[in-house]
Amino acid sequence: MAIRSVMSGRWTAALGLAAAFALGVAAQRGGLVDQVAKYRGDIAFLSQQHMKLVAISGGLAILIGVPLGLWLSRPRMRGAAETIMQALNLGSTIPTLAVLALSMSLLGIGVVPAIFGLWAASLLPIVRNTYAGMLGVPPHFIEAATGMGMRPLQILSGVEVPNALFVTFAGIRTALAINVGTAPLAFLIGGGGLGELIFTGIDLNEPGMMLAGAIPTALLAVLVDFAVGVVSYWVVPRGVNPLR
Amino acid sequence: MIKLENVTKAFETPAGTVVAADRINMEVADGEICVLLGPSGCGKTTTLKMINRLIEPTSGKIYINGKDTDRYDPVELRRTIGYVIQQIGLFPNMTVEENVCVVPKLLGWNLDKAKQRASELLATINLDPALFLKRYPKELSGGQQQRVGVARALAADPPVLLMDEPFGAIDPINREVIQDEFLKMHRRLRKTVMFVSHDIDEAVKMADKVAIFRAGRLEQFASPDDLLAHPANDFIADFVGTDRTLKRLRLVKVGAALEPRAPTVVADDPLDHVLALMREHGQRIVMVVDPSGRPQGFLDRDIVAGLSGTAAEHRANLPATVRIEDDLRTAVSKMFMHDVRWMACVDREGLFAGFVSQRGIARLLGETYRAPAGIPR
Amino acid sequence: METLKFIMNNLPAIGQRTIEHVSIVGVAVSLAILTGVPIGIAITQNKRAADIVLYVAAMIMTIPSIALFGVMIPVLALIGQGIGYLPAVIAVLLYSQLPIIRNTYTAISNVDPALREAARGMGMSSLQRLRQVEIPLAIPVIMAGVRIAVVINIGITAIATYIGAGGLGAFISRGISQTDSRQLITGALAVSLLAIAADYGLLWLQHRLTPVGIRTPRMRTPRAAPGRATA
Repeated sequence: MAIRSVMSGRWTAALGLAAAFALGVAAQRGGLVDQVAKYRGDIAFLSQQHMKLVAISGGLAILIGVPLGLWLSRPRMRGAAETIMQALNLGSTIPTLAVLALSMSLLGIGVVPAIFGLWAASLLPIVRNTYAGMLGVPPHFIEAATGMGMRPLQILSGVEVPNALFVTFAGIRTALAINVGTAPLAFLIGGGGLGELIFTGIDLNEPGMMLAGAIPTALLAVLVDFAVGVVSYWVVPRGVNPLR
Repeated sequence: MIKLENVTKAFETPAGTVVAADRINMEVADGEICVLLGPSGCGKTTTLKMINRLIEPTSGKIYINGKDTDRYDPVELRRTIGYVIQQIGLFPNMTVEENVCVVPKLLGWNLDKAKQRASELLATINLDPALFLKRYPKELSGGQQQRVGVARALAADPPVLLMDEPFGAIDPINREVIQDEFLKMHRRLRKTVMFVSHDIDEAVKMADKVAIFRAGRLEQFASPDDLLAHPANDFIADFVGTDRTLKRLRLVKVGAALEPRAPTVVADDPLDHVLALMREHGQRIVMVVDPSGRPQGFLDRDIVAGLSGTAAEHRANLPATVRIEDDLRTAVSKMFMHDVRWMACVDREGLFAGFVSQRGIARLLGETYRAPAGIPR
Repeated sequence: METLKFIMNNLPAIGQRTIEHVSIVGVAVSLAILTGVPIGIAITQNKRAADIVLYVAAMIMTIPSIALFGVMIPVLALIGQGIGYLPAVIAVLLYSQLPIIRNTYTAISNVDPALREAARGMGMSSLQRLRQVEIPLAIPVIMAGVRIAVVINIGITAIATYIGAGGLGAFISRGISQTDSRQLITGALAVSLLAIAADYGLLWLQHRLTPVGIRTPRMRTPRAAPGRATA
């Protein structure tokens, strides 16, 4: 299963658990746990905000990115597609903080610019991977399908897309990782989220606050990545899924 | 039945017009296998693809069972023609069952009927449906994939099957096996088959008719034996190989080359009786058989002349025998192996059926060279 | 426009920040190469170890950088280095591990077994084989990993401005807090240009360092971004 493919051995899990326990004990000793627990309410509220940002911007990135990648892979787009992909590649080099900053200079501060910035930062891996995945379908499958009497749309849905699914999902996974990773910065341009606790904690030099923000953020990121991994494992048909 | 009338395909390229297929005229009878043969770029694949309109002819007509293919929507036409490509092209995202059911589903078959058909087809190609229906292509060997590819093409029971170098991607050892299986299946199903190959040996083995192409032209359309015996020009003679007469050995069975039947003797026959028999019939060799007719040895006149005793005492052992259903290539091969110029032949029950000799074989093959081409054999 | 004027007037400051930025990334990535490449080579010996190390490195990548800072600061504060240069360098070091280790591991394990066999047959020791055959063949892929690490970490260093590490991110943060679009755009532009320049520059270097015998004609080297880090 998905878990077995990423973890290797029960002793790893045991070791991890022991380390976490030891850290926990040390934290309790240092009074850190109480300091963090102070912010329980904030954590709950801000986590919700955080997840909303991720869900909306990520969802939009998938909804727009996948069809865009599909469209770019079509034969009549062949020449233009390469140029567009190069431009997108260039765009993906831009650091995510800069993307959010530019979003702010365009749209001001608040939730909308934050969502826009996050969307822009996560779009590129999805488009790129969908495009590469579709182009990567060996042409002889399409020849066989045409020769059997399938119509272009049937070939697209029955042959091309399923065979591109694995690579597309890898792109979605990367994109969501970037998204969840950039979301804390949304606070800086007025978008809310767990970043509030982290940045304020740094400004006020309060470790408790910092951790109250940092730990849930890290946990959420790990969780989202894990969830996408599991979804991709089950959704991609066994025949085209190297992991199954 | 497939009929091509003046079919031509011309491409416009920056370098000028390229005629990939030039006024092709041929007719493949119902239930026959026709192999399109020729070097790379000769137009054989182009011609094949014009039949199911993957390539549209520039001019000319193609008729399948009397119906003009131009009249049909190309997509619907293709659903009535089986198509197998060299790389096989089993869709990796579908199970074997789903792959085989693609065309039936496109044609609107009831799902259960389609699955039933898939199951039957797998049994026909010697793959246990219980084991293989739910497998994915990546879980099959190359040979198994190839067979499923053919099953998929036959799923909707099309009258015509088109194949583009279907056995090319398989290793030579498995290829022989799969070719034999295909021939066996074809004998049963009797589809009209057209397939492209670049291998003369494959064509000679599989085809009822061979169509040789060069630079877009159909150079010769004949049965394999005719092709080998009477190549229409030097190019074809070169293409089939300077050993073409040896290739013909594969096509003829020992039974066709048997010498006229001569009397045999049994173990107890006295030698002078045997020698008299040999003189009477002008034989130099006589076969010693047991009461039921099984060969036990032979007597050579030159060796036993002047000796006395019974046949059994002086008989020499046969180095080997051939069966009358073996091909001449096997017979000649055995003759070389044992350094003899003749062989004793046996029938299915192991009873002596006659002799076959190198001279007799050469004379048989030579007959066609002396006869005009095209005479039915 | 105004932004251009701003840039013109503040070139020294921009230069200063750029040096800060490049120094953090440069030092950290260099250290990461020194740790990552040997680790990558070492884990080719043991599949189990490889799985664990790669999994841990991937886990680290999933953690948003600001969160990592948030966790590191209290810890490093214990030795009085909570904010500033050190946490930034450590974070960049950690984030560079996955691309470098994974690329090294992949490159070395993918060396054609036939080549390894030939080297052994000729009488090379394991170390010689490593040095003369496997590593030179692995360099293009390792360099690709270094490139990914650098580009990602230019972004992360921009964020490190919030923990007092300076760098070009300072323009962005001031631009946001002072609602000064000139500083904002200057910062965004500067960081972006730096990232793009580093990408192309390292691509050129990657090409130069590839042994002549296995160079392919110039083509767009696809950037594998499966482990692309977080902000």
